[in-house]
Amino acid sequence: MLAYFIKRLAAVIPTIFLVSIIIFCLQQLLPGDPAVVLAGEDQDPNVVAYLHQKMHLDAPLPVRYGYWIGDVMHGDLGESMRIHSPVLDLIKEKMPVTAELAALSMFIALIIGIPAGIVSAVAKNSVWDYLANAIALWGLSTPNFWLGILLILLFSVNLGWLPASGYVSPFEDLRGNLAAMIMPAFVLGNAIAAVLMRHTRSAMLQVLSADYVRTARAKGLNERTVVLKHALRNALTPIITLGALEFGSLLSGAVLTEQVFSIPGFGKLIVDAVFNRDYAVVQGVVLFTSTVYIMLNLLADFAYFFVNPRLRG
Amino acid sequence: MKLIDTGVAAVGGAAATPAATPREMTPAQRAWRRLVRRRGAMVGLCVVLAFILIALCAAWIAPNDPLATSWSAVRKAPSSAFLFGTDELGRDVFSRVVWGSRASLLVGFSSVCISMLLGVPIGLLAGYVGGWTDGIVSRLTDAMLAVPFLILAITMAAFLGPNLTNVMIALGVSATPVFIRLTRAQVLTVKVEDYIEAARAVGNPHWRIAFRHVLPNVLPPLIVQSTLAIAAAIIAEASLSFLGLGQQPPAPSWGSMLNTAKNYVDSAPWMAIWPGLSIFLLVVSLNLLGDGLRDAFDPRHK
Repeated sequence: MLAYFIKRLAAVIPTIFLVSIIIFCLQQLLPGDPAVVLAGEDQDPNVVAYLHQKMHLDAPLPVRYGYWIGDVMHGDLGESMRIHSPVLDLIKEKMPVTAELAALSMFIALIIGIPAGIVSAVAKNSVWDYLANAIALWGLSTPNFWLGILLILLFSVNLGWLPASGYVSPFEDLRGNLAAMIMPAFVLGNAIAAVLMRHTRSAMLQVLSADYVRTARAKGLNERTVVLKHALRNALTPIITLGALEFGSLLSGAVLTEQVFSIPGFGKLIVDAVFNRDYAVVQGVVLFTSTVYIMLNLLADFAYFFVNPRLRG
Repeated sequence: MKLIDTGVAAVGGAAATPAATPREMTPAQRAWRRLVRRRGAMVGLCVVLAFILIALCAAWIAPNDPLATSWSAVRKAPSSAFLFGTDELGRDVFSRVVWGSRASLLVGFSSVCISMLLGVPIGLLAGYVGGWTDGIVSRLTDAMLAVPFLILAITMAAFLGPNLTNVMIALGVSATPVFIRLTRAQVLTVKVEDYIEAARAVGNPHWRIAFRHVLPNVLPPLIVQSTLAIAAAIIAEASLSFLGLGQQPPAPSWGSMLNTAKNYVDSAPWMAIWPGLSIFLLVVSLNLLGDGLRDAFDPRHK
């Protein structure tokens, strides 16, 4: 068991290392001298010279990477050119907002996706099954920013029930916070609910035809116990991994959703940084996001290991 | 000897497509028959073909110039004169939606072509050769997959500069690891089959085995994945254009139309409805087609 943990943990380190190389190399895509690009429109020669020196642009690429990754390992992700504050501080400031959005979205995805998947599998080929499949297809095919605009049109413009944009901290006003977050969370959660529904359905279909489910039925257990206690328990284990994998699409989706609803989170931080050519922020945020994503997948693997007795041996 | 004959014939079945009698159909013909029976997939295919036709014939279908502004027709509701209404500069939304289909389809298809052209040979190489080549490719693929798809695409598009060609490159490269991984996994199962062994036994060189005998047999899942990837790329193109990183104004793109529309959602909701509906229709059709293809190629799949 310990060997498994060590092996998985050891595999993570080269992945993070490679991700950092990829992200660092993205900077090479900038046409021309990065210092000139980063210096902004006026391209003050002093600023260009300062950046050359600060970014070690005269050194070979591997050496520059060495400097950069050295700083990163000391917790220094660089500094925002625009607001002159450390990238790590910006991340710390924005992370709770996106974390709340992600948690709410995942909650919505779970309460829609899993029950819909169960119903769809249990009542296969019924009206409910077709309905759940149609909703899943809709969820997978709707661009979330469009859904966001449509929800604003319905709930903010026409009905006036919810605020169209803005963010209130939950510590200041919990009601206001939930009112502002419910639409973006639904927009994000809806697509993940579709994925969860499809996976739950196919896992349940597989499990429901297994011998032990037949045995449970033959023992005279009622259908509810068979489905919820015997089948669902086994069908749900892969969902842990799936949940971690979907975190990636959650973060991707958050970029757009935060833009539509003007939520000051991670996604907005990346987009603003992109438009202000604040490349240190872009690199820092992408590196941070990827590391979190890798760690979540690792945790999911560990959780899966504990939940699934067959793996424990 | 019999083993070799059977094996080579099996390869020929996938690669050279011998003349089939009604009772002896090739796998591709069987898959097509199963696909035709799936109503959803057929509807999807028809809608996709219709969109391709619209994109190709945009000049004849669009009643107005998509770039022509008119201050006397700013934000007019849909009417017989302007089927989908007009936008904030008085441009005909219907004509812009028709022309916008070009950007979506162009990026959708081109980016997936880029992903396949990069991903399939690399995956084939990694799976077929194995050893340290496979080790390096797999680690790199893992690393690229660790960066969420759209975030990688946004970052690449931002560094490359905002225009449609760069969006194609960014999306194509960002989706490549999925194709590498899929091809590699398929190659690993195919390369231990008897007919590959047979092809090797008759003295075929490695490149010929890889491209002529392995590749045709790993294609079905790649075709399914590419259909779904086109759908994902169309949404991603719209997303990047929505953020202002894709098609630049005044050229029409569904994503950039939605970006403008969000500012007028209370006064001109039609500006948001039609481009969004078009993305939805095209993507849902591609997803239906992709699901249908998956079931057609793999009847065991439910």
